[in-house]
Amino acid sequence: MKTVVYGLMAALMFALSATMPAIAGSEDVVVEDAWARASIGVNRPGAAYMTIRNTGDEAVTLTGIRTDLAIMSDIHQTSTNAEGVSSMAPAGEIEIAPGDAVSLEPGGLHAMLMRLQRPMAEGESFSLTLDFSDGGEIVVEVSILGIAARGPDG
Amino acid sequence: MNLLKITVYALAGLAAIALTLAVGWWRVDGPEAPERTGLRPVDLSAMDFRLSDHEGEEVGPEILIGRPTMVFFGFTYCPDVCPTTLSDISGWLDDLGEEVEGMNVVFITVDPERDTVEAMAEYVSYFHPAIRGWTGPEEEVARAAQGFRARYERVSTDGGDYTMNHTASVFLFDDDGQFTTMIDYHEQREFAVPKIRRALNKETEGAT
Repeated sequence: MKTVVYGLMAALMFALSATMPAIAGSEDVVVEDAWARASIGVNRPGAAYMTIRNTGDEAVTLTGIRTDLAIMSDIHQTSTNAEGVSSMAPAGEIEIAPGDAVSLEPGGLHAMLMRLQRPMAEGESFSLTLDFSDGGEIVVEVSILGIAARGPDG
Repeated sequence: MNLLKITVYALAGLAAIALTLAVGWWRVDGPEAPERTGLRPVDLSAMDFRLSDHEGEEVGPEILIGRPTMVFFGFTYCPDVCPTTLSDISGWLDDLGEEVEGMNVVFITVDPERDTVEAMAEYVSYFHPAIRGWTGPEEEVARAAQGFRARYERVSTDGGDYTMNHTASVFLFDDDGQFTTMIDYHEQREFAVPKIRRALNKETEGAT
């Protein structure tokens, strides 16, 4: 049992050290449930979703995202007005208060991936880098699910 | 000197009037216009448009009459709202199981320039098999949208691309083609499924 716990701790430590640079603020950010839908070819933009949690004591600001999968990528916000018309716009910088989490989920915020360099194939994954205002960055591995996926579990 | 003063006052007066008019327009017809209530689709029998389904067959509103119908607008280059709506609908249809056999489920593109018959065919193949994809000439899409009171507009994005803003609600009609209700974008499944069931049950009542 002890071995299992130590093993888990070691795995956790490794995961933490692999994804988090040692810079104040963004080092306390944890990204969960990163997923995206598969694309049809490369002509259509893709979208990725995740939960970004600030476990630290100070606010962090997400300033941008990047990935070699897409020439342009940006956090976008979908909104639907009183008449039921949906539109999308860049969300700008996103501040996450201490203890808070921001969810990128269908119909709200999403990582918009424009000009795909290769198709997003179901079952594969890609790296997405989140940049923070303190200079820190977090690299997230995003799982690509089916086109009809509704959430991180498919 | 007096003439200059008069001119200044006159210009200031005109500017004030123009501003008042502009504010009035903004509130009444402009972006701050109150929500237009009672804006609902006309019945399918009152609509008139010719489109093509994703198998290339000519279709129009009349072929929907006789079965309950679900219609929504979107486009296949849409990264967030449309795949979400299509997968939500696929989930509702899965929940309803055999109850939805014989229901029309139609996805009409607002972007016929990119959404050819072939593009629609490939796209709908990833979702519930009941979903049909309709496209056609721009003016016919416009006539369809007008019947459903759906709105859409083309918006340029960085890099010379464009995206479409569009009505994301799902419209429900009974088997007589009469509009029954709509499901708003992101409506919870526990509300959406009963709404569909009501449109379906109208058919059962009519049949017995």
